[in-house]
Amino acid sequence: MPMHAQELEDLLRESFPNAEIVVQGDDGVHMSAMVVDESFRGKNRVQQQRAVYAALKGTMDGPSGDLHALALTTKTPE
Amino acid sequence: MTDAQTQIKDTVTSNDVVLFMKGTKSMPQCGFSSRVAGVLNFMGVEFADVNVLADDAIRQGIKDFSDWPTVPQLYVKGEFVGGCDIITEMTLSGELDTMFDDQGVTYDKAAADKIREAND
Repeated sequence: MPMHAQELEDLLRESFPNAEIVVQGDDGVHMSAMVVDESFRGKNRVQQQRAVYAALKGTMDGPSGDLHALALTTKTPE
Repeated sequence: MTDAQTQIKDTVTSNDVVLFMKGTKSMPQCGFSSRVAGVLNFMGVEFADVNVLADDAIRQGIKDFSDWPTVPQLYVKGEFVGGCDIITEMTLSGELDTMFDDQGVTYDKAAADKIREAND
């Protein structure tokens, strides 16, 4: 099942309540998300993006996953 | 460890630079894999490619190995560096050059600069 941008944003919002979140792409399969959150401070990019993938709870996984491709950008607030 | 985990461990420790990807470096089968393989090829980096589409155990195993849900995955000197977005960012910021310098991996600095100029 393809995923709507809003669903993706809601899912991210659960784990990053105070983050700036920008989700783009509405074909539901190829999407991009930028998450800017204070909790990323002191973490390297791999650790930051692992935290985002964890928030997505398996939606990325395998043939049964909803999302095939998520272009991800993570940052700490300026 | 399962056979797949042992095989992955062996591959990333016996090759300085390894890219787990969909397809091969000469024939990538996914845009994200293609982008990372393209950067490495253009920078003249010698790397081993592992086609995850050719082996289901590796395809799942590499995700468990790194605790990372997507392919491509780049490893340098046994360490997981990142997926497509991270490698792209590191290429453009010059961090990839620095890492190759630190790890003693040979690459073409002028080619890396050219990528950055083209994406300025």
